[in-house]
Amino acid sequence: MSFSRRQTLAIMAGSGLSVMLGGRMALATPTEELIANFTGGAEITGEGLTLTAPEIAENGNTVPVEVDAPGAEAIILLATGNPNPDVGVFHFGPLAGAQMASTRIRLAGTQEVVAIAKMSDGSFARAAQEVKVTIGGCGG
Amino acid sequence: MRQMLRTGAAWAALGLAGSAALAPTAMAQETNLVINDEIEIVTRAPAPEHMEYVREIFSGWEYRSPETQTLQMDDFENPGMIGVDNARADFDTAMGADGQSCASCHDTPEALEGVRAVYPKWDEAKGEVQTLEMQVNECVTERAGAEAWDYTGDRMTEMVALISSVSRGMPVNVAIDGPAQETWEQGKEIYYTRYGQLELACANCHEDNYDNMIRADHLSQGQINGFPTYRLKNGKLNAVHDRFKGCVRDTRAETFAPGSPEFVALELYVASRGNGLSVEGPSVRN
Amino acid sequence: MAENVTPRVRVPKEAAAGEVITIKTLISHPMESGQRKDKDGNLIPRSIINRFTCTFNGKTVIDVAMEPAISTNPYFEFQAKVPESGTFTFTWIDDDGSTYEDTKEIAVA
Repeated sequence: MSFSRRQTLAIMAGSGLSVMLGGRMALATPTEELIANFTGGAEITGEGLTLTAPEIAENGNTVPVEVDAPGAEAIILLATGNPNPDVGVFHFGPLAGAQMASTRIRLAGTQEVVAIAKMSDGSFARAAQEVKVTIGGCGG
Repeated sequence: MRQMLRTGAAWAALGLAGSAALAPTAMAQETNLVINDEIEIVTRAPAPEHMEYVREIFSGWEYRSPETQTLQMDDFENPGMIGVDNARADFDTAMGADGQSCASCHDTPEALEGVRAVYPKWDEAKGEVQTLEMQVNECVTERAGAEAWDYTGDRMTEMVALISSVSRGMPVNVAIDGPAQETWEQGKEIYYTRYGQLELACANCHEDNYDNMIRADHLSQGQINGFPTYRLKNGKLNAVHDRFKGCVRDTRAETFAPGSPEFVALELYVASRGNGLSVEGPSVRN
Repeated sequence: MAENVTPRVRVPKEAAAGEVITIKTLISHPMESGQRKDKDGNLIPRSIINRFTCTFNGKTVIDVAMEPAISTNPYFEFQAKVPESGTFTFTWIDDDGSTYEDTKEIAVA
C-alpha cells in the first residue's frame, strides 16, 4: 500500500489533531481541577458572590482582594495565571459576622482572578475579575 | 510611513512633557494623607527657593494608586510598621561591653521627635555632614562601644524607620547654608550630572519628567521624605541609599556605595528639595 | 521556624451583645513561595504559613487554608459576631509545624 504525499500529510495532520484533542479532554487545566475538587463537580449556577480587586495593580507582589458572599460556608480564591492557581480557601464558622474576607495576594502577571462560593443550601456561585499587573519602569 | 510614525511619537512625547508642569494626576482626586485619622501629612507644597525649575513639590505618595495610598493611612495596614516595632524592641536592647542601649541616653524613641526632619545635618565635632544612619552608628560605636551596624542592613533601616515615625507630620527642614553648603553644592552637582550608558541624571527623570510614565511606572519627583519606604516589590523596608543605588544602576553606571560621601551629599541635596513636605517614613510605595 | 514572626491583631475592646465587629490581622512572615531561585540558581524551598484560624470562646469565626500566593506579611480582614464577653484566639500554622498565637479579650457592655 502506498500513499501519495498529499495523503500522507493528511493522515499525519489528522492523527496529530486527534492526539491534541485527546490530550485536551483528558487533562483539565489546574484551575478547572481545583474548582472541580471544591464543588465536587456540581454546576455553578448561583449568585451572590462579590469579588473586589483593582483593575490595575501597581505591583503583582501585593494585590488587595476581597470576597463577600452572604450565607456562604466557604469561598475558594484562585489566580488563574499563576504557576499554582490556588490562593486560599476561606471557611466561615458560626461566629462569622459576615461571610467576607480581605487579604493581599501575589499575581504573576495580568490574569483573571476567580472566586467560587459554596452556599449553605449546597449551591455554588462564581465571580471573576481581570487584574492587569503592570511591569515597572525602574527596578530601583 | 516610518517618518510619520516618528513624528507622531515626537508629538506624543511633547504632549506628555507639557503635562509635567501640572500636578500629578492623583491630585485631581484631592485625597489627603492623614495617618491613623490623626497625623496630617503635607504631600504638596511650594518648592523651596533654591529650586529653579520646579514650582511645586509632591510627595511620592501622590503618584501611587489608591490601593497603595490607602496602605499608608493606617499604621496597622502599613507593613513598614513591622520594622518599626522590631526597632522599638531593639531600642531597649543592650549593646557593647557596658550593656548600653539607645534607651540609656534617649529614654524613649519619642524623645527623638524632630530629629529625622533636620537630617542630613552638619556635625561640628566631626567636621562633616552626617546622615541619620551615620549618627546612629556614631552612637552604636562611640557611645555603646558596639560594632557598627551595616549601613543599609535591616537593623539600621528599621531603626531609622522608628526615628522617622516619631517625626511624621513635621516639615522636612534640612539646612543647606553655612558649613553644610559645600556638601549641598556637591550633591546638587551629582543630581544634575548624567551617569551611565543611558546618560541619565537624576533630573532627567525626576525634574524634567515627573508625572510622565516610564514604561508602566508613574514617575515621581524622587522625593525622599517618605524613607525608609516599604516597597510592595520586595516586601521590606528600603533605605534611601539603596534606592539611590538602584536608580544609578538603572542608568547602567557603576554606582556609588551606600554611605559613600557622594551619596551623603546627594541625600542632603535631595532632602532639601523636599523642605516643606512632611516627614512620612515609613511610607508605602510600589 | 521563620525568624521574627510577630502577630499583630486589631480587635475593639468593647462591643454590644450580638454586635458584628471588624477584625484585622497582620503577621510578619516571608511566605517563601518555593518558586524563587537564589543567586546561584537553586530553588529556595517553600516556607509559608499554611493555615490561619480565629475562634471566639472556642467557636470558629474563620478558618483559612493558605497557599504560597498569599503575599509576604499575610494580612486578613474579616468580621465576627460577639454574643458575649470573651476571648478571641488567633492561630497561624507554619509549614515547619510551628504555631504562632495571639489572644484578645472583648467585653460586652
